[in-house]
Amino acid sequence: MGIFLKCEEANHNCDKAQYKEITFWENVKLQIHLIMCNACRKYTANNNKLSKTIKNAKLVGLPKEQKEKMKELIQKEISK
Amino acid sequence: MKSMSSEKLFPETWVDRYSDYLYNYTIVRVNDHEVTQDIISETFLAGLKSRVHFKGEASERTWLTSILKHKIIDHYRKNNSRKGKAEVRMSYSNEDSEGDWLEERVSDPFDKTAEDSMINEELGLAILDCLDKLGGKHAAIFKMKTIDGFDTEAICKEFNITPSNLWVILHRARKSMVDCLEVNWY
Repeated sequence: MGIFLKCEEANHNCDKAQYKEITFWENVKLQIHLIMCNACRKYTANNNKLSKTIKNAKLVGLPKEQKEKMKELIQKEISK
Repeated sequence: MKSMSSEKLFPETWVDRYSDYLYNYTIVRVNDHEVTQDIISETFLAGLKSRVHFKGEASERTWLTSILKHKIIDHYRKNNSRKGKAEVRMSYSNEDSEGDWLEERVSDPFDKTAEDSMINEELGLAILDCLDKLGGKHAAIFKMKTIDGFDTEAICKEFNITPSNLWVILHRARKSMVDCLEVNWY
């Protein structure tokens, strides 16, 4: 593991960065890779955009217990 | 014929596939968590009751959404009458004239003027749509990590996978989400 990453590793670091789980050195290596690699720059740009989009959409999921309740409701109705 | 049409519906999968979509659709219009849940439950039940009428012309989700719209309108009507508004009850001469009343046009819950929330909502529904296309375990894991914000450990436990499995799945999911959403971006 030198300072130069393979594309695969760079993308993995980029994924981690989306969840703020990237370490300082991983980020340094990613940035160095990005200077040299057009394909990974594109992947990173899209990946960042995806994170931003999801954040902006402020999606809310239904709580798990509620979903279970609804499933039961449907099951009951089907088996009628 | 009857069995043909109901074969296209899979009520067992409704909650997993559509409840978040319906939830996000409803919450911006109703603005109340409890009411939204009730409306969605009612929608599923109504869907089950009328599933013999499903012709398979629209997708399952579109069909459920159209039922949901009626349920939301019902909710608005109930709300309006609860306020003690003087109300003249008249019924439509036929189904097609539904929505002809001026009152209904004024209080149209679907006519949102706040452009911002409209864009957000469309975006949100597009994301959920892409998630549904992604499907299965990948979608569930991506959602848990990205939207619900669970940490890696919890998800690995839940799905019985290793962290490196998780990252591979997330990577694939992110790639197909980008591909799917690209249509909406440009």
